Amino acid sequence: MDFELIIRSLPKLFEGAILTVELTLLSLAIGLCFAVPLGIMYIAKNPLIWAPVRAYVFYFRGTPLLVQIFLIYYGSGQFREPLEAAGLWVFFREPYFCAVLSLTLNTAAYTAYILRGAVRNVPFGEVEAARACGMSGVLLYRRIVLPKAFRLALPAYSNEVVFLLQSTSLVSIITLLDLTGIARIIVARSFAVYEIYITAGILYLIVTYGVLFAFRKVEHRLSGHLRERPDEREQVAAEALAVR
Amino acid sequence: MLDLKGYGWMLWDGVQITVAVAVCAMALALALGLVGTTGKLAHSKVARTAADIYTTVIRGVPELLLILIVYYGVPTLIQDTAEKFGYDIIIDINPFIAGSITIGFIYGAFATEVFRGAYLAVPRGQLEAAHAIGMSRLLVARRVLLPQMWRFALPGLGNVWIVLIKATSLISVIQLPELLRNADIAARAVRLPFTFYFAASLLYLAITVVSMLGQQRLEAWAGRGIRRD
Repeated sequence: MDFELIIRSLPKLFEGAILTVELTLLSLAIGLCFAVPLGIMYIAKNPLIWAPVRAYVFYFRGTPLLVQIFLIYYGSGQFREPLEAAGLWVFFREPYFCAVLSLTLNTAAYTAYILRGAVRNVPFGEVEAARACGMSGVLLYRRIVLPKAFRLALPAYSNEVVFLLQSTSLVSIITLLDLTGIARIIVARSFAVYEIYITAGILYLIVTYGVLFAFRKVEHRLSGHLRERPDEREQVAAEALAVR
Repeated sequence: MLDLKGYGWMLWDGVQITVAVAVCAMALALALGLVGTTGKLAHSKVARTAADIYTTVIRGVPELLLILIVYYGVPTLIQDTAEKFGYDIIIDINPFIAGSITIGFIYGAFATEVFRGAYLAVPRGQLEAAHAIGMSRLLVARRVLLPQMWRFALPGLGNVWIVLIKATSLISVIQLPELLRNADIAARAVRLPFTFYFAASLLYLAITVVSMLGQQRLEAWAGRGIRRD
């Protein structure tokens, strides 16, 4: 074990970790904006609306992310002339743009699928009550269905966030210098294979469990109204002791 | 339609290797999953901690990095250790074996969680009854626990299999001629990257669809004795 090399490489690896987190947050934010309408369209009654959305979700959930990245980054080269004519080639030439695009499309599909399930699981009584109060359409969704669905979707969504965070390591294959990319370069130069890869793995572990911890905090906060009040909990505990 | 310029057979070869890697990896994942669950539910604290570390680490580290560690890191580690003892050896892992082992090792952690859930779903009373009439722990596992566990585990294992199939595409980075790697070679040869990657993605989609249909039939078969009301 070459500890000196590990310590010397840490600043570079941190730089890579920042790009990893940046790609994750950017794709998550854009992906979520697309996923909300897509999730609602998924369960629409009109086949003209749900059919394309379901085809999109099915394709992106059923194929490997790496193929999607190759399809966008290398595949766009096949349409270079039309893309140049449309002025889009400057974007598709950039690995950063292609990485964000493919990660976004991927996470939007998975998140739309999660939201579809959550919207379906909103208790019907709440929807009925809202209708009885005269809410409908956008107002019903904005006030009742979506807030409840977000809360229901949170555990599954935290898994999706962790998966996306780990998937960003694939962008190193299209030459981006994220945490995995930097680690591969340092290994190619120093031949310290396992030291560097294991250090990178530990950094991923720290970020992953940091994210999970944050989600648990948010879930705890959002479920406040479902927990017992602190004084009630003491009372319950006291009663349990008295019975014993 | 997609014009593959006579390279279609390469994709078909790739499909076969992808499925072969996936089957080997899944077999390993199932074995590791059973071992991992036994560890998680064991009385021994050492076994529990080891199983917890296994699932925690695998969940937190990207698959690509784990593949790189196994394919490049492990041989170097063994060579370095051997060098210290005065041996000069060169180890080369076959990419097929390295790929199957790594993917199997990763999904073994997910299978562990699935099996643990399945174990907890078996009614406690049945296990107690089996103990009460004098069955040994092994016999209880064989006669009462496993036949029911696998039915509860099927939906979860089906998901693991579908995610695992997609993960095999990562082995293309260690040059195994599976579906994505072959599509890559063909795409470079005829300079039609979109055509070939798209064809590959449709083949992955086909494998997923076939797997889903198979899973449905298997679940229906496993649940044939269950009353639904």
